[in-house]
Amino acid sequence: MIPAEFKYLCPSSVDEAVRMLAEEGEDAKIIAGGQSLVPVLRMRLAAPTALIDIGGLTELTGVRDDGDSLLIGAMTTHYEVQRDHLIHDHVLLLKLVADTVADPQVRHRGTFGGSLCHADPAGDLLAPALALDAVMVIAGPGGRREVPASEFFVGYFETALAADEILIDVRVPKYTGWGAHYEKLNRVAQAWSIVAVAAAVQVRDGSIVAARVASRTSVPGRCVRPRWRPRWSGSLRLLR
Amino acid sequence: MTATAEPEVGKARLRKEDARLITGQTKWTDNLQLTGMLHMAVLRSPVAHARIRNIDCSRATTMPGVAVVLTGEDFAAEQGSLPCAWPITEDMKSPPAPAMAVDQVNFAGEAVALVIADNAYRAADALAAIDVDYDELPVVLDLQEALQDTDLVHPDLGTNKCATWVYDSAEAGAGTNVEDEIASADVVLERTFRQQRLIPSFMEPRSVVVDPNADMFTVWSATQIPHILRWMLSAVTGIAEHKIRVIAPDVGGGFGGKLQVTPEELLCLLAARRMGRPVKWTESRTESMLSAHHGRDQIQKITLSARRDGTVTGLKVELLADMGAYLRLVSPGIPVLGAFMYNAIYKFAGYRFVCTNVFTNKVPTDAYRGAGRPEATFAIERMMDELAAELDMDPMKIREMNWIKHEEFPFTTVAGLTYDSGNYEAATARAMELFGYEELREEQSRRRTSRDPVQLGIGVSTYTEMCGLAPSRVLGALRYAAGGWETASIRMLPTGKVEVITGTSPHGQGHETVWSQIVADRLGVPFEDVEVLHGDTASSHKGMDSYGSRSLAVGGTALVHAADKVLAKARRLAAHMMECDEADVEFASGSFSVRGTSTVRTLGDVVLAAHVAHDLPEGMEPGMDADATFDPDNFSFPHGTHLCATEVDTQTGMVKIRSYVAVDDVGTVVNPLIVDGQVHGGLAQGIAQALFEEAVHDEMGTLTTATFADYLVPCAADLPAFITDRTSTPATSNPLGVKGVGEAGTIASTPAVVNSVLDAVRHMGVRDINMPLSPERVWTALQGGSADDVGDVAAGGLGSIDSQGGQS
Repeated sequence: MIPAEFKYLCPSSVDEAVRMLAEEGEDAKIIAGGQSLVPVLRMRLAAPTALIDIGGLTELTGVRDDGDSLLIGAMTTHYEVQRDHLIHDHVLLLKLVADTVADPQVRHRGTFGGSLCHADPAGDLLAPALALDAVMVIAGPGGRREVPASEFFVGYFETALAADEILIDVRVPKYTGWGAHYEKLNRVAQAWSIVAVAAAVQVRDGSIVAARVASRTSVPGRCVRPRWRPRWSGSLRLLR
Repeated sequence: MTATAEPEVGKARLRKEDARLITGQTKWTDNLQLTGMLHMAVLRSPVAHARIRNIDCSRATTMPGVAVVLTGEDFAAEQGSLPCAWPITEDMKSPPAPAMAVDQVNFAGEAVALVIADNAYRAADALAAIDVDYDELPVVLDLQEALQDTDLVHPDLGTNKCATWVYDSAEAGAGTNVEDEIASADVVLERTFRQQRLIPSFMEPRSVVVDPNADMFTVWSATQIPHILRWMLSAVTGIAEHKIRVIAPDVGGGFGGKLQVTPEELLCLLAARRMGRPVKWTESRTESMLSAHHGRDQIQKITLSARRDGTVTGLKVELLADMGAYLRLVSPGIPVLGAFMYNAIYKFAGYRFVCTNVFTNKVPTDAYRGAGRPEATFAIERMMDELAAELDMDPMKIREMNWIKHEEFPFTTVAGLTYDSGNYEAATARAMELFGYEELREEQSRRRTSRDPVQLGIGVSTYTEMCGLAPSRVLGALRYAAGGWETASIRMLPTGKVEVITGTSPHGQGHETVWSQIVADRLGVPFEDVEVLHGDTASSHKGMDSYGSRSLAVGGTALVHAADKVLAKARRLAAHMMECDEADVEFASGSFSVRGTSTVRTLGDVVLAAHVAHDLPEGMEPGMDADATFDPDNFSFPHGTHLCATEVDTQTGMVKIRSYVAVDDVGTVVNPLIVDGQVHGGLAQGIAQALFEEAVHDEMGTLTTATFADYLVPCAADLPAFITDRTSTPATSNPLGVKGVGEAGTIASTPAVVNSVLDAVRHMGVRDINMPLSPERVWTALQGGSADDVGDVAAGGLGSIDSQGGQS
């Protein structure tokens, strides 16, 4: 499994990466953790002319407290998400989801932002990003802009990210004290999952007073655009 | 030299191979780097059936680093035809099997051109610059349609029918006429089962390096069969056999998938000869799935007759077996290996087996773990459950009343084999106890009564298999081109250390450990003092290699005989050294002594004396080495009882294995840890056939399951914790009493799982579900659909990958 030839570029800042992306044109591609892109390259399903490796940009890693929300750097690995205290305390759902991503090797290399940008309908982060009203912070030649998850995922492997833009941060509102659960269905553990549901609920006195739920499906070769379940919030009795 | 305190045979030793394997110290074929080495990449046909109008290599030839681009036409005069060593009938149709297509491609994935370049990357890049003009032909994919001969895979043959092989117990004098049994029976059941096509999925992809040096060719290959490969490469190319050396270094799995003389081995050899430089080829996973041989792919029509009380009387098997586009090394014989196993452990009066082998435009099929026997075991074990359901009897009771009782061994079956030993009662009793059979039946009944959406099923498989391949005269009678003996040599070194040379070719089994244990016991030397050499035709000049659970039963026996020859000679020399009569020499724990005295010589003393040869008995040759070759009189017949409990979600069709008990009787166990490992791996592969794995082609003949995203191989997380145990009735056909364990788990488990799922939903009107039992198939069956309602769908996420690995 050998990829086609490509140019490899290693920017030292986000601005430089954005510049490189503009210079290299539409056939350039950002590589983050490479856990989805490298297999695609090796199978020659894609043949970008240049890869811009943002793996060295430490400014894109880590989780910051930003008042009512957390800012998760796009290059934060799934492993770091699993272990981050801010995430554990304020968006437990993301920790639970990260726990189920692939295997330990992938979790150590694969990144939070990379997974969102790849927008594989079988990816783990789509449902929680939608459920939690995550917002994508994007850098481009014209500066920064923010896009909510509900507008970011456009279709099958498709996002609102323009060819000359880079996802740098993900803003996730705090759901401090909320319970959470993530469930997905796989034929075998290492297969793409067929359906997944992410839920976060706020429980008071045995009742759910608010809930955030999203699901996603992927039927290979048949589904052009993921169908998102509407989010809802409200009150219902906790079923036990 | 110290004596070994406790017996090595039976000890759960960690494998001596593992340290180098898990620390990356070994060299796989692909790790080899030779000076001046070139790399080969193979262009494969994206279409399943076409005439090749033209191949334009001009662009590719000028690409950077490319040494040469070669097509089938370039090799037409020298590539000959890949060997098929098992012409099962005199009139078998065997089309020429070129390593590289010359004017016609017959399956998607067949080699059509080669790039030889200075590195693997440049070779791969140049593939895209080769233009092939195909004139597409109608594809033949379906077995039943292929038999109509409307479109032909090989027009020159005039038919898609390859051969028909028949066994009839009345004609063979081993039983009655099955048609009489069927005509006079109270109950006749007729069922058709589908053995889906599987992909062997060995861990290490195939890899070949050929080094031409003067007139000598050294071939490294990730193969199971270095000795057979050397012989066949010589036969196909005309290169003298003594000018070919084949080395199988550490090999990462095979499961029958590397029991092959591959097109790529031959192409690598021809390319290296042409270039006068070493050439390496290593496949990608997708390439492997598109071109390495597949397994199974049969349609089995089974007729079983019985009396009202449950006694079985007759069994008729009518098979269609998919050969794919060409006959590979033992393709035609795979279904024949199953012919002797359909009657299994049961006493049928009449038996008839008819197999029709058929060509299609698919990857050739050949040996895959069990090779013919899993198919047979699946069919008979499914039929025994069908009979139990028909007569409303407990499936275990019906087996018990029909199986061979332990006091009836040796027992000659209706298929003409003599089972030497076995105790089905003991294995079954132990399995039932470990499983909690009665409790599970009670729970099943509760769930049925309460209409629980999750139903419980219990599946039984009381299997046997024939292994220890094989008595050479039997193979001869079956028209197999080679013998089934095995060989071993022991070299006693002057310091007392021992080199063992074996003709078996381990590719994950742990022969180095087990062979060392056997020799340590036999010669009374420490386990650590034994080194096992294998897989190099220069050090091990003859052998029949590893497959068919044969290595221990046949190769291990050769080793015992070689050790006994060493001891016989050493005893004579010891008597000479101790100045006593040979009859008074005793041997224990590595030392010779004179009976009734304190005079002792260790084996080391004796070996050294033989080596320096200063004072040997009259006529004795110096040295203490010995060779032995063993040709067994009979196969060995492991057996066991496997019980599987599954929970079937009737709302979604999801199947979950709740518990799995395997009690196997593999005779004497040399290393329990390795036996457990073989059983666990075998169960995983057998369960995979039942629930997950399936090679799927689209209507154009493109394999749509050519990645591990689409071809579902389960991992540990997908399988239950297995409960394994053993009973032991030693084989009488070899001095160790061993039977073989490499294929047992795979053979036994598939029907146990499927029987279990059907047992869960039979009361809801489901009679059969095709494998693999995907949620979609189970759910459809529960909605009243038939087994054929659900087509084959690739299971995973990537969808179609064409044969160049690009998106289609």
